[in-house]
Amino acid sequence: MSDTSEQKQGASGDRTGGVLNVFAHSFLVVWVFMAAAPLVWVVISSIRPHSDLVSEPFGLPTGFEWDNFTNAWTNADIGRYTLNSLIVLAGSLTGTMLLGSMAAYVLARFSFRGNRVIHTLFVGGMMFPVFLALVPLFFILNNFGLLNTRQGLIVVYIAYSLPFTIFFLVAFFRTLPTGVQEAATLDGASHTRTFFQIMMPMARPGLISIGIFNFLGQWNQFVLPRVLNVGSPDDAVLPQGLAALMVQQGYEGDWGALYAGVTMAMLPVLVVYVTFQRQVQSGLTAGAVR
Amino acid sequence: MEAHQRERTGASPPASTTLLAVAFFLPPRFTPERVRYDRRYRKLDQYRFISWFLAAPLLIYALFVISPFVQAFFYSLTDWSGNSATYNFTGFDNYERLWNDDKFREALGNSVLLLVLAPLITLALGLFFAFMLNAGGRHRKNQAISGVFGSSFYKIVYFFPQVLSIAIVAVIWARIYSPRSGALNEGLGVVGLDSWRQEDWLGGDLAIWCVLAVLCWSFVGFYVVLFSAAMSAIPREIYEASLLDGAGRATTFFRITFPLTWETIRTGWIYMGIQALDAFALVNIMVPEHGMDVIPSYLYEKAIRDAQAGYATAIGVVLFLVTLVFSVLMMRLGRRDRIEF
Repeated sequence: MSDTSEQKQGASGDRTGGVLNVFAHSFLVVWVFMAAAPLVWVVISSIRPHSDLVSEPFGLPTGFEWDNFTNAWTNADIGRYTLNSLIVLAGSLTGTMLLGSMAAYVLARFSFRGNRVIHTLFVGGMMFPVFLALVPLFFILNNFGLLNTRQGLIVVYIAYSLPFTIFFLVAFFRTLPTGVQEAATLDGASHTRTFFQIMMPMARPGLISIGIFNFLGQWNQFVLPRVLNVGSPDDAVLPQGLAALMVQQGYEGDWGALYAGVTMAMLPVLVVYVTFQRQVQSGLTAGAVR
Repeated sequence: MEAHQRERTGASPPASTTLLAVAFFLPPRFTPERVRYDRRYRKLDQYRFISWFLAAPLLIYALFVISPFVQAFFYSLTDWSGNSATYNFTGFDNYERLWNDDKFREALGNSVLLLVLAPLITLALGLFFAFMLNAGGRHRKNQAISGVFGSSFYKIVYFFPQVLSIAIVAVIWARIYSPRSGALNEGLGVVGLDSWRQEDWLGGDLAIWCVLAVLCWSFVGFYVVLFSAAMSAIPREIYEASLLDGAGRATTFFRITFPLTWETIRTGWIYMGIQALDAFALVNIMVPEHGMDVIPSYLYEKAIRDAQAGYATAIGVVLFLVTLVFSVLMMRLGRRDRIEF
């Protein structure tokens, strides 16, 4: 009795499993196509000559049109924009991680008057849309002489990354064991030393997650530079540069160079992502778990 | 040696308050010895560390985040142009003007449309694909539920748009929607839907739907990964039990998976809503000027092009209120008892 019912269930389970499997795979494959096709289309188009692109947007490449890439690199200055982005990011990411973890450590591990207030102040910043601050921020930077400068952009990136960084790292520092910290103090390590040599290494997994989150957020930032970094086209960061490139190539009618520029901006990021996909996925989704 | 030192300094009188105050501003290394062996040194050392570590982050944060937010509320009550140093206090005139501004109402309508539809579509697709990834697999021996083959490959590809700059996404899709050399019109031609081709995807009434599509497209992968992680945290025994009770796939999803991932869905919903209220880069890059506006792009136009800083900040305040109402509503509506497992 029990035998037959088990068999029956096994058989029907197999069947529905099989049907669902085909069903599942077909939908999943459709979305693979949806997600990847636009990117593949751009990459393929980047090695086709402009005349082909207009007459036949979907054709396959007949040769390899290097001109697109040289145009994008020299005329459109993709190299320069990338360098600008790298310089800004070197400053802003270091600053964010350093200041963010310092504040988070103190807030997580020390009790003092005002601790809760300061924590709320930082975390509350996540509630406000950046657009609300945009106009006054423009004039604040202007008053400090930081408008249209890299330093200004760096400081602003740091300031607007702090709320989530601190929120995330406070939670992380709280999970670390207190015993190690006490042992370090007993051995005569100063607070600063305990922080840099003991707590920072212990917090590495959390620092990596939030570091990836901040890296991509700041690398891809569009709104802040669009408003605060408009002095000279030479100073544009990469996302800005690509937007400008689209306008420019629209006038010149050379879409090949635009596709080449987008490809050059896109492929390194994708390669890095595929290499570190697990960390990147967990780092980015940390952003939604508030 | 050390004991000797301590003996010597232990006899010295306690450090004066001024000396303690001075030590507060000196690095630990340069703390005078008399202070170091004072009874109150431990406390001083701790507070010194706390304030030194908090000073720089707090200063930057106060100057560039808190102060502009506070100023924004103030400027929204003035007729400040942004070009001059003078302005008049005008009370709620800006808000009254907003109320009667047809272009603003249009922008507000578009933003609310995105706010309602983008999370709905994106999260539904995300949940669907995540469930397929986690439960769509063939049954192996004695397993109530199994993931499909190659699920990590699917997740990698789905996540592509999420790691790209939103500016890159916008540029790519602007080209896809392009009427003559774009992929969309061409693709419609290839599958025989010539009548669906448009002369101008992004210039007219269709623009908002085009933006919505790109917004959803770029976030689906994010939610597949997020929900997938939440679903794999559900213990298998629960699925096994439900299967023994004769639950089908649909029942399993609606009675087990959905309620158990609800916390993640709700936070994801709020997060997606906030993304939908932004949409600035997409509109700013893709849509030609005067084609269509959302609140942030309208704010940008008023502030930068029209030099109406006061009016623009009033728009910012409205955007903040919309965000606030949305978040509070979602928190209240979606509250359920957290299920621990």
